[in-house]
Formats: sequence, structure tokens, C-alpha cells
Amino acid sequence: MWKIGLGIILFFVFIAVFAPYLAKYPPNRTVSLPYQPPSRQHWLGTDRLGRDIMSQVIHGSRLSLIIGVSTGLLMTLIAATMGMTAGYFGGVLDRILSTLMDIFLVIPGIPLMIVISSYVRVKGPLVVILVIALTSWGSGARVIRSQVLSLKNREFVMASKVAGESDLHIIFFEILPNMLSLVASIFFSSVLFAIIGEASLSFLGLSDVSRITWGTMLYWAQNANALLNGMWYWVFAPGLCIVLLGTSFALLSFSIDEITNPRLRMR
Amino acid sequence: MKVLKYVVNRLFFFAITLFFALTLNFVIPRFMPGDPAERILMRFGPNIDEQAIEAMRIALGLDKEKGLLRQYFEYLKNTFSGNFGISYLHYPVPVKQVLASSLPWTLGLVGTSTVISFILGTLLGVYAGWHRDRRAGSGILIFSLCLRSIAYFWLAMLFLYVFGYRLGWFPLSNAYSTKETLHGFRFVLSVIYHAVLPSMTLIVASLGNWILTMRNNMISVLAEDYITLAEAKGLGEGYIMLHYAARNAILPSITAFGISLGFVVSGALLTEIVYSYPGVGYQLYRAVLSQDFPLIQAIFFFVSLSVLLANLIMDFLYAFLDPRVRG
Repeated sequence: MWKIGLGIILFFVFIAVFAPYLAKYPPNRTVSLPYQPPSRQHWLGTDRLGRDIMSQVIHGSRLSLIIGVSTGLLMTLIAATMGMTAGYFGGVLDRILSTLMDIFLVIPGIPLMIVISSYVRVKGPLVVILVIALTSWGSGARVIRSQVLSLKNREFVMASKVAGESDLHIIFFEILPNMLSLVASIFFSSVLFAIIGEASLSFLGLSDVSRITWGTMLYWAQNANALLNGMWYWVFAPGLCIVLLGTSFALLSFSIDEITNPRLRMR
Repeated sequence: MKVLKYVVNRLFFFAITLFFALTLNFVIPRFMPGDPAERILMRFGPNIDEQAIEAMRIALGLDKEKGLLRQYFEYLKNTFSGNFGISYLHYPVPVKQVLASSLPWTLGLVGTSTVISFILGTLLGVYAGWHRDRRAGSGILIFSLCLRSIAYFWLAMLFLYVFGYRLGWFPLSNAYSTKETLHGFRFVLSVIYHAVLPSMTLIVASLGNWILTMRNNMISVLAEDYITLAEAKGLGEGYIMLHYAARNAILPSITAFGISLGFVVSGALLTEIVYSYPGVGYQLYRAVLSQDFPLIQAIFFFVSLSVLLANLIMDFLYAFLDPRVRG
């Protein structure tokens, strides 16, 4: 199953890298009349400024992927730092960090993101990445923390402690290598979350809507009442890309869980 | 005594989290660059009078004579006494009134959809877990992984297009008929009719999570010895699936039910916007568009409060259902 997921991701990475060669037109240039239906020149028609929608879908993969992956990375980094610190050191520090994790776990993410983004004046990919990552690391941190708790009393960790290794060495060279698969699984599901999060924020007009992502395309489609004007393909295409890319990351995350947890494995 | 300790513990966490949410709500607008007073007045034109800004600052309680700490306590006091100020967007209607008219719609829509989705998804999860080696089991699994990757608002747009616009089966917006005034039973029917598409969106979009959670719980339970014993006793397959496996696997799903309420509430925000459903999400969207900060703050407070309350209730329910939690 992970092969399908990886395949889809590589497909989109290919499209993103070679976007200028794959797209017929530059995504930001007026190349035809506005609101043209699909034709041989414009497979998905044109938008309100007469720009080619198909070319936008192709170019949109770039920023959508970049934002998704870098948000996922940052989210996993925060989750791992918080989770490992809390789990390894325990005591008061663990109490404080655990409460913080629980707080971020229960405070509703999307409303919080909307509130923050509506106050921030500067809009751009970086803000979107920060807003999503800083509000949504709670569940990952919780899972990592409990994994560290169960690892830190194993013999090999005890042995390095007795051997006088420093805490940092034990965390990064003894514990972390033993939960890489968990961290990877959290990373993949974070990317899934980030892709949908970016699309939602952009759809609400809370990101820089002049930049082309699949989310901002949906924003413009909604703004132009694309559905009521029968231009369903304008909504369908970017959304389908989001679902495909999201599913591929979900497949990877799920496959890792299945491989590492024999109970979940298919017989 | 352990029960009491658990209850106090959860109540303490509830208080801390609520306090945190309230503080966030206070800090975010003040932490952001720019003067709120100036920002509000900028909407009326480019040339702003210095005196007008000062007057607005006083009206917002931001004047320099008060320290930040005092502003904070005043904010807390106002929030707990239900005084959220006046909405800019619906001027001069108080925020409280805007909320009172939109909250019931969201609660009704989300409440019903969540329960239906939970039951449907959990049943499918039981089936997928039990038959994990068969084609039907893997089919449901792939289906639920796809569902999890669908953005709520996109699904809402597709449903709206297909069932509302193309087929014309359901209305395109609003929560009840605005063309005629209906009373009693006919009004209720109209409300249900308008809620079908939004709730279908919420049910389908959140189904994947319920299926996956329950499926994975089922598979963990299936490895237990008592399942093997039940099979050895020659009990019927369906009986073991429901009475032995599902019964023991459902607890984590119930916790997830509480936690996911947060996700569904936020998912409903975008769904409401697409269907112009007059709930809290739609109000938040309009408030964001017109920078109606008192309304934004109040909605965030209520969304957080409801999720926190749901979590608290789930924690208590969990302790009641699972004696191990009580120790």
C-alpha cells in the first residue's frame, strides 16, 4: 500500500519540479478571454482574468507541496522536542509540558488558526506554515512522549546511563533511533493535516491569495461563483489534487503504523 | 477516594485550559502589529483624525491610562458576565445576541451529524476490523483513508453542485425557507430539509476517522485470548464480533468521540460557510471578512468552551465506563 502512496507523491513532485515545462501557459498571464469553458487549448477553461486553469493546477502543486511538507516538518520537530523532553526528563517539567500538549490537543485548531490569521497583517506562505505548525503539534507530542516513557527504562538505555553517557547523547543516539518509524508516521500525518489546513485557510482568503496554491485556486473559484456558473471543473480539479496528495501521505503514515505494529498487519 | 481525585484532576485541567484559551484570546489581538483602533477606523476611509483614534481607543478600553493587567482582568470579568461588547458588523446589535441566534443552528447541525457519523463509522469499523483479510475489509480501509484526506469545504461544494444545483433536490443556502413564513411542524420540516446537505457533508467527511479508529481497536482486541476461546467454544461469528470483540474495542472510540468534537466543530465552520448556514462558523467567516474583532473573540471563546466541556464530559463518562481509569 505504501507503494501507491509513494507513487502518487513522486508523481506530484515530478509535476512540481517540471511545472514550467508541463504547463502550456504561464499561470499568471492572461492568455484568453475570461471564463472560457474547457477546450482543446484550455483543458480546464480559463479564470476571471483569462488565465489557463490547467496551468494553474500544475503550478499550484509547487507551493501546495512546499507548504505541506515544511509545515509537517516543523510540526514534527516541535512535537518531537516537546515529547522527548517531557518523556525523558519527567518530573515537574513533564507535568508542565504534558499540560501544554493537552491544551493544544483540545483547543480547536482551525478556529484558532482563523483567529490568528485574521489578525496577522502580513500574509504569505511563511505565516501559513507557522500558524498551522504552532497550533497543531499537540497530538504528535503526546504520542512521542508515551513512546519515550516506555523506552527510557529499557536495558540498553540503562546501560548507556551507567556508562556515563550524557542525556543528549542518550536521547538522540539511543532513544530516537528506536522510534524513527513513529516519528516518520507522525510526520506523514502532519503533512496530511497541513495540506488540508493550508487549503482551508486559503479558501477563507486568510493566506496570500495572489500566490497560486490549490487552496487559493478554490478561493478564486468560490469568489467567481464557479459552481453556479457551471464551472465545476474549476472546483473539482484542485480539490481532487488535494485529496490525492493527502491520501498518499495518509497511506504512508498508515503503512508505517501497520509495519511497526504487528497486530495491525494484514495476515 | 480515587474517583474523587480523578474528578478533581480533570476539573483542574478544564480550568487551566479554559484559562489558557481566554488568555490567548486576549493576547492575540494585542500582540499583533498595528493599533486595533486605527485598524477599525481605516475601514471608514484613509484620512483618520487623531482624536477619533483616541476616542476609539477609549471605547475599546485600550487607553494608556489602564495597565495591561487591569485590561486583562476587565476582559475576564466581561467574558464571565457575558458582556462581549457590540458587534461592528451587526452594529449596534450586541455580540451576545448575534451568538444567541447562531449557536443553536450549529449545535443542532453538528450534534446530529456527529452522532450519525459516529454510529455509522463505528459499525463500518467493526466490520472492516473483523473482515480485515477479506476484500470488503481492505476496501473499507482504503475508502476511509481517502475520506480522511477530503477537505470539508470541498466536499460541501461538490454536494452543493450535484444535489443542490444540478439535480435541484435540496436548497442551495440558509437553514430554513426564507421565501414564506412557516409555523410549527412545517417550519421543522423546512429546517430538516435545509439541513440535509450540510449534515451529509459533515457525516461523510468525518466518517473516515471513526472507521479507522474502530478498525484498529478491533484488530488489537482480536489478538486477545478470549476471542480464541470464544471461537473454540463454537460461538457464532456475528455473536463474537459484536459481543466479544466490538464491546471491548469501543472504549478508545468513545474517547475519540469527545476529542474529535473539536475537529467536527471546526469542520462545520467551513461547511457552514459553503452552505451559507447561519451558524457560528458562518458568523465567524463574516466577522473575519469585516474585521469584527469583538465577534471573533466571542466566537473563539464559545467554540473553545464547548470543546472543553465536551472533553470534560467524555473524561467523566470514560471513568464511569472503564473502571481501570479509576484505578
